[in-house]
Amino acid sequence: MVNSDTVKRLDRIALQLRADVVEMIGVGKAGHLGGSVSLGEIVAALYFQKMRFDPKHITDPNRDRFLLSKGHAVLIQYAALIEHGIIPRAELKQVKTLAGVLQGHPDMTRTPGMEAVTGSLGQGLSIGVGMALGLRLDGRSSRVYVIMGDGELAEGQVWEAAMAACRFKVDQLTGIVDRNRIQATGPTKEIFDIPDIERKWESFGWHVITVNGHDVAQVIEALDAAEQVKGRPTVIVADTVKGKGVSFAEHNAAFHNGIFTEEQYRQAMAEIETRRAELEKD
Amino acid sequence: MAPVKNLREAYGQALVALGRRERNVVALEADLGKSTRSILFQAEFPERYFEMGIAEQNMASTAAGLALAGKIPFMHSFAVFASGRAFDQLRNAVCIPGLPVRICGSSAGLSDFGDGKTHQALEDVAIMRALPGMTVLCPADAVEVGKMVECLLDWKGPVYIRINRNDLPFVCPEAEPYRIGKVWKLREGTDAAVFACGVMVSKALEAAEALAKEGVSVRVLNVSTLKPLDREAIVTHAAGVRAIVTAEEANIIGGLGSAVVEALRGVRHAPVEFIGVEDSFGLSAENYEILLQRFGLTAAAVADAVKGLLEKE
Repeated sequence: MVNSDTVKRLDRIALQLRADVVEMIGVGKAGHLGGSVSLGEIVAALYFQKMRFDPKHITDPNRDRFLLSKGHAVLIQYAALIEHGIIPRAELKQVKTLAGVLQGHPDMTRTPGMEAVTGSLGQGLSIGVGMALGLRLDGRSSRVYVIMGDGELAEGQVWEAAMAACRFKVDQLTGIVDRNRIQATGPTKEIFDIPDIERKWESFGWHVITVNGHDVAQVIEALDAAEQVKGRPTVIVADTVKGKGVSFAEHNAAFHNGIFTEEQYRQAMAEIETRRAELEKD
Repeated sequence: MAPVKNLREAYGQALVALGRRERNVVALEADLGKSTRSILFQAEFPERYFEMGIAEQNMASTAAGLALAGKIPFMHSFAVFASGRAFDQLRNAVCIPGLPVRICGSSAGLSDFGDGKTHQALEDVAIMRALPGMTVLCPADAVEVGKMVECLLDWKGPVYIRINRNDLPFVCPEAEPYRIGKVWKLREGTDAAVFACGVMVSKALEAAEALAKEGVSVRVLNVSTLKPLDREAIVTHAAGVRAIVTAEEANIIGGLGSAVVEALRGVRHAPVEFIGVEDSFGLSAENYEILLQRFGLTAAAVADAVKGLLEKE
């Protein structure tokens, strides 16, 4: 059981991460809101509870690794790194500008705390397999977490990596599928339906856990369980809501990479603040 | 022990030697280890060898992950797949962060003579050269393969090394200290300069020998490092002659010829002719030599190109 203080703390952090994402997108600029905020609780659980990772020593070879294969959602990772003080808060205001360090997709050459270059979809899990193999060769027990999108599962390379991870029994690797059911141009059901996601992973040899991706207790229990599985990797299929926490963006493909009007921006921030006040009352 | 003449065998032996020197050297293979000779590494270091199956894209990204964990990964396939099938993975996960992944493109050029268009790599030089930060190597003989691979322990950033499938004549002087990036003058001459790489180095030397008998003096350069190209060396070696010919076993679009002319931009130089494949795919053939002849990759073609330019004066 995850204790209630931990849940409360992580729920607050998830809200703060969402607020940061909304602030990064700002008014009049396109930004990948939907698939970033669908990861709020998952990123909070990893970066603020589960991962062995010292913000003061981000190159420690024994750290756990976080790879965002669905690289377009990088704003939520930036938010976590900002909250940890790894990226200066001032960078919030200059995402995707020549002066800033926060690129449109994960870029380890520009941004502190990034572990790889991802965003060309389908590649993160393979990178994670390689990292885990390298760590294992060195006798390190660090874990590697790879976040994928559900739309991304159409990339054949994901399944090449899924096979390789089992072939090499890479149990230091945990995959997380952000099943928000919306891809760039519409609902996955209409655009490119991939049924039986759990059964697919199972048939490739993975241990599979399904959770509500907005329930931090469930997320942490699944991450703990994954760590106990030996001899094969685990994938957590997390049911989430694209655009979570911003009512007009929820389940809305327009906010896959949408633009806020001034009014929408204010509304988004107000909704997050309202939720924050509710949490404080609990 | 006499050195082997086969470039793949030399590669496999050199990789084993590197593995003995450095425990962070690891190898990845896509089910062609018997051909690429990566199996020599597997035999000695099974725990550092990853048979990834017939899945080149995953192999390339996995190599990136291994590099991010501090390893020096050597990944293997036929040149056509190593460069083409996994291009996006090499571009994004390897080249953008400049990781020390070594890509062995085996059976490069037309050297896999029997297998035809799908398995012969003529565009690999152009596409690998176009990737920012990628080092592109094309050794001329088995001795050079060994020396090059030895340098790959410390060389910064990603490397694509093009390995010929077959035995090639020895052309590289053994005694000289080796370094990646050097343009090697194998023969002095005053009338023409021939810049060659890979199998075409021996053809260029043959051409120079034949032309000498006709009173034409030809300088022969081995440009085994196609990128980063030593621009100053190209300019120096291209100076003082009346004809410049490039010779390569690749598409002339984006290959060695293009690289030499890029290096010569902004300086006055003699007229240039390219010997290479004229924007074409390969073919299946009975043997390597007749396939090279079919595409005009011969000593005679190099000699004719030199004479053609000199006659135009």
